[in-house]
Amino acid sequence: MSLQSNLAPSTTQLRAYAPTADLNVASPPQQRQKVRPHTAASKRDLRTEPRPIRSLIVALALIFLTVFVVLPLVVVFASAFSRGVSAYFAALAEPEALSAIQLTLLIAAISVGLNLVFGVIAAWAISKFDFAGKTFLITLIDLPFSVSPVISGLVFVLLFGAQGFFGPWLQAHNIHILFAVPGMALATIFVTFPFVARALIPLMQEQGTQEEEAAISLGASGLQTFFRVTLPNIKWGLLYGVLLCNARAMGEFGAVSVVSGHIRNETNTMPLLVEILYNEYQFVASFAIASLLAMLALITLIVKTILERRLDEGQMVSDD
Amino acid sequence: MTIEVRNIVKKFGDFAALDNVSLKVGDGELLALLGPSGSGKTTLLRIIAGLDWPEAGEVTIDGEDALGRGASERHVGFVFQHYALFRHMTVFENVAFGLRVQPRAIRKDEKAIRARVKDLLDLVQLDWLSDRYPSQLSGGQRQRIALARALAIEPRILLLDEPFGALDAKVRKELRQWLRSLHQEIHVTSIFVTHDQEEALEVANRVVVMDKGRIEQIGTPGEVYDNPATAFVHGFIGESIVLPVDVSDGAVRLGGRPLNIAANGAAPGASKLFVRRHDMQIGPAGGGSLEGAVRRVRSFGPIQRAEVTLADSEGKTVIEIDAPRDRELQAGEIISLEPRRYRIFAAHD
Repeated sequence: MSLQSNLAPSTTQLRAYAPTADLNVASPPQQRQKVRPHTAASKRDLRTEPRPIRSLIVALALIFLTVFVVLPLVVVFASAFSRGVSAYFAALAEPEALSAIQLTLLIAAISVGLNLVFGVIAAWAISKFDFAGKTFLITLIDLPFSVSPVISGLVFVLLFGAQGFFGPWLQAHNIHILFAVPGMALATIFVTFPFVARALIPLMQEQGTQEEEAAISLGASGLQTFFRVTLPNIKWGLLYGVLLCNARAMGEFGAVSVVSGHIRNETNTMPLLVEILYNEYQFVASFAIASLLAMLALITLIVKTILERRLDEGQMVSDD
Repeated sequence: MTIEVRNIVKKFGDFAALDNVSLKVGDGELLALLGPSGSGKTTLLRIIAGLDWPEAGEVTIDGEDALGRGASERHVGFVFQHYALFRHMTVFENVAFGLRVQPRAIRKDEKAIRARVKDLLDLVQLDWLSDRYPSQLSGGQRQRIALARALAIEPRILLLDEPFGALDAKVRKELRQWLRSLHQEIHVTSIFVTHDQEEALEVANRVVVMDKGRIEQIGTPGEVYDNPATAFVHGFIGESIVLPVDVSDGAVRLGGRPLNIAANGAAPGASKLFVRRHDMQIGPAGGGSLEGAVRRVRSFGPIQRAEVTLADSEGKTVIEIDAPRDRELQAGEIISLEPRRYRIFAAHD
């Protein structure tokens, strides 16, 4: 019995730190009763803030998100459907809208496709080899993130515009880059370049080169090693990068706006068309296109969550 | 298959990982590269495998130049310290990998591949795991799968980098014996790298002791243990008592007092006396070269390990000796010590 009474105070102390854990499983019932009331009485959980403060912080976060994220999203859909469902679909069926959707898909396909290849190559070079200027390359990859998109667009105007660096030569050979698809694709590629490389570099660095070395020592060629070992190991990270890259490519406004020239039915992407229609007071049409972009964002978010879960699992597998 | 390494030099920046290393490995040998970390043993193994290239030197496998060929053309089985199993493939596909990537002309058909993989999994006694993924295996199982994968390509030689380094002590012991018997069964020329002297002495036919990018000694486990060529080898393999002595006129002096041992041709000057813990003969006070007070005794198994404070050292020099338990030592007892077997090396070694 003396042992029990010795135990009791220390158990009570522990309670304060771990109120949910039942530490008394092995002790006799009468002692439990001694401890229980105390637990119930200790309203304060010392591990965290008091309840009112917690509620306040959560409420603030929720209100902020509602006002700045959820409400605008609701407004987009509400305005798009303000004249009914048929008006909504009629707006989307306009030739101008269809052309914008097509152009957006085309530019996204080109820039995501190329960035996928460039991104994998850059990430491969950075994570698997040591070379002079590696830090510089890593910094360079981040450049598009730190430059305003408008500047990114202007760069291409300066390069390919009529008074630009390559302008006269391009004109002489009748090649159209600015105010045409190539210029818009270039601007989009520039702006979205970091996504794939950024998603892959930490992943590939963490995985190291051992599996590749194993594959090569087993007689695999470079290509076999890439397609059978490297690619399967980075596939979720790659999809993650491609997804974010695609979302940005379809939604890019600034850089594309500078190089597009806003030629109706020709060089307007969806974000550009949204602005034009809005300025012309065609609210339903404008918000209908905007709703498509909003849906793209929602789908991106959902897929992103799934991919992040996959990536975490992949990381767990790599633990020894 | 024989391996010959001649005058290999490998530098990482200013650091010489391998400094003019030469080595011959005979057909069917099981050779251990033993050394502390940074001794260059893994670098040497990687150079033989073709995963690293030296600045100078030659490597031949079975008389053929190996440095002119990439790792994928050398037909060398390599087992990595951290297994490097393909994490997205099942155990079966891991083992089958080397067979599936063969050029179409010599690739086996699916049925033959399946049969070969099954044989290998039987060989490493893990056929029941063939549908699992590497993350679902224990460390010892992963290591055996890595070995089966390396053997799938019927390698000319087998190289193992710290094969048991990441395993716990018990599994390690089991796998050591298993590797030995496997080597007897398949008899492929093998080199394994280890920093664990016990592992090297127990498993290998011959041991190569390395330090700071150089080979210190090559010999059978018995030779490197009983006749260490250098002070480093004596200190690295087995537990040694090291005492600073002075050699002059064929006499060995410790702290100015002559010891009853012969210099055995050791060069005059400041030297180090190496004695194995169990090679100290214990006698009554006043009966030997060295004298000391027993400070503490621990007994386990067949031996007692005693800490002895040497006399004339102002209590500074404490050595540990191993003695059989037929003569119980007491703390505080004064005893004499006489080296039964010993080696003297120049102090700067």
